[in-house]
Amino acid sequence: MSAERARGKPAGRGASRRRHAATPPPAATPRRPREGSLDGLFAAKEIVIVCGPGGVGKTTTAAALAAQAACHHGGKVLVLTIDPAKRLADALGLSGIGNTERRIPNEVFSDAGVNPRGELWAAMLDAQQSWDELVRRHAPDAETKKQILANPLYRNISGRFVQSHDYIAMERLYEIHSEGDYDLIVVDTPPTRNALDFLDAPQRMADFFSSRLLRWLIVPYRSRLVNFASKPFYQIADRILGTQFLADISEFFILFQSMYDGFVERAESVTRLLSDRRTTFMVVSTLEPTPMREAEFFARELVQRDLHLGAIVLNKVLPDYFGDPAAAKVAQTMHERAPELAEDLPTDAGQTARVLEEVSESFLNFSVVARREAEQQAELATSPEVLATVPFFDADIYDMGGLLRLGDKIWA
Amino acid sequence: MALSTQPVEQRGPPGTVPDLLDLKLVFVTGKGGTGKTTVAAALAQLAALHGKRVLLCEGDGKGDVASLFETAPTDFDAREVAPGVFAMSMDTEASLREYLKLNLRIPVVGRIGPLAKAFDFVATAAPGVREILTVGKFCYEVRERHYDLVIVDAPATGHIIGQLAAPQVINDLVKVGLIRSQTHWMLDILSDPAITGLVAVTTPEEMPVLETLELAEKVVKETTVRLSAVVVNRVLPELFGRSEEEIFELLRQPELTETLSVRAGGDVEPLMEGARLAVTMRRTRAAHLERLRQGLGTSVPIFYLPYLFTRFHGLRTTRQVAASLGEELGF
Repeated sequence: MSAERARGKPAGRGASRRRHAATPPPAATPRRPREGSLDGLFAAKEIVIVCGPGGVGKTTTAAALAAQAACHHGGKVLVLTIDPAKRLADALGLSGIGNTERRIPNEVFSDAGVNPRGELWAAMLDAQQSWDELVRRHAPDAETKKQILANPLYRNISGRFVQSHDYIAMERLYEIHSEGDYDLIVVDTPPTRNALDFLDAPQRMADFFSSRLLRWLIVPYRSRLVNFASKPFYQIADRILGTQFLADISEFFILFQSMYDGFVERAESVTRLLSDRRTTFMVVSTLEPTPMREAEFFARELVQRDLHLGAIVLNKVLPDYFGDPAAAKVAQTMHERAPELAEDLPTDAGQTARVLEEVSESFLNFSVVARREAEQQAELATSPEVLATVPFFDADIYDMGGLLRLGDKIWA
Repeated sequence: MALSTQPVEQRGPPGTVPDLLDLKLVFVTGKGGTGKTTVAAALAQLAALHGKRVLLCEGDGKGDVASLFETAPTDFDAREVAPGVFAMSMDTEASLREYLKLNLRIPVVGRIGPLAKAFDFVATAAPGVREILTVGKFCYEVRERHYDLVIVDAPATGHIIGQLAAPQVINDLVKVGLIRSQTHWMLDILSDPAITGLVAVTTPEEMPVLETLELAEKVVKETTVRLSAVVVNRVLPELFGRSEEEIFELLRQPELTETLSVRAGGDVEPLMEGARLAVTMRRTRAAHLERLRQGLGTSVPIFYLPYLFTRFHGLRTTRQVAASLGEELGF
């Protein structure tokens, strides 16, 4: 029986052991041997938040590891993807995963030759739907609910603007987690301009609703009384945005204010959940310079914030042999003496020499990249307990079989 | 994925696509990790080499533009980072300050603290306000003809539509006021395919290609901007022609590999394996490129940039990419 099963669920939410963000950040973690495995990490946590720069394979990695957890640990595992580009469905060979969780059918696994112990579920965040649900839950009465849902500003904020994904993603995670339906939730985070936006989103949302400025905006609509402090603001805002737009904004906020308590409380709970010890963060990156720089920044920041950095996964790493000096030497020899090497073989000597030149040239090219990558890997500033590398797959991962093969490479 | 199988239909008669460098405003977008900043920088470098005065705007303030030209970090005030290339980074507060100065003639000295905060607030809440300050700045530079070409290292594919559609959103939501009155000239600039263009950067991999095709559809549906070109970055070299590939397969047989190892004075197996990987990767990617070509149809030109086997990214790579881009554009 896995550790996760044996431990069971805590009796109540209040029973969870919390680490508050208020504790001072620890000094940078000293380098220590990496002994842990993803297997161990995933067995010990209830929430794994997969983050990192864009384009490094976060979604695929999240899905692959969730599938591994379902296979090896059993129980109910959910992979929640928040990427507006909606890619998880492709990788899982499922189309149209919606806002509500759906179980990946057993046939998908059996087609890949696997009989998982547990269940794999998937959901994809639909920001608009999630916002609507949030409003339905927190609106004080049916009339307010109707007005908010019909407000043109609301529709724009909730649907079109990407910042709102950040908050709603964390909100949805909290929602699902507090329903207690899953043993493990693996979250694929939204691609944000700044990879940390989603961490701050709940707090920003709370600040937003308790802001003095919000009260400024609402006052004139209610009473048309303008106090001294806020007068210049209105004058300028009026000229730029127009009175009508300001009134629209005010109306929207007055409606939204009715949900204030619910929202702020909620945002605080979400923040607590992120720093709970049942939650861990996994940073995914490739070893290319730009993503690497972002990933390192992210890893440092997680440690600073006293959040649990459980693992770093490096994707698309070139095979080791590209970094082998002996092989590079052979490649140099081959490149210099290709015609000589091609003599007296059962193939056309001229063409063979060209092939050998290409082979060695290609090898030397890739080895430049491989050596730079190796150095970058060695320099990884923050070292979590688990550092996993995923080799460069020469074919695309487009089905469960591919996901499982990828997962196998890094799991144990 | 809800992609239509029809190639993208763009507005405007075909065959009137102006050359990239003849545009006045170019937004460069792309999925994260495809190298959009490098391509934006290379495009700026190329235009400057052809005698243009170029403004390169960094949208997300990550500081990559500075490292691609080996200069100090950029800020809101443009600075020449290479001959003919001026670089700036977008900053909404600074943009607001400039806007107030130009439009309201409000003397904004020193920090505009509380006011900026208030606006930040409205901008967070009211859709399109932040985006309009950003897009407005770019359009303003175009209108004032301070530069021959303004190149924007724009947000990633997931975010770009919100920015480009901002003037319409404001148009729909705001009935009167200064901002409203200004969406018209911005829309004029953004909607003219001879002035403004969008360049999408992708790599020949599955997800970036799918996202590019999704973007191509959305650009037509939700904005007035034309997709001027797709740049495929990091295209792997073709190692062998067909008959050479047959020879390669023969050489990979154990006896021949063994013979070669003896002659080369070391195991050639890793070399053969490496070449096989390169060939397979190139082949998988060719299929994605084919999908891209079919999805885009003939209305969007596609340019290809080679994979660079380099160390780190800096001015050296910027210049290499600019040279490749120049060849592709026919210079």
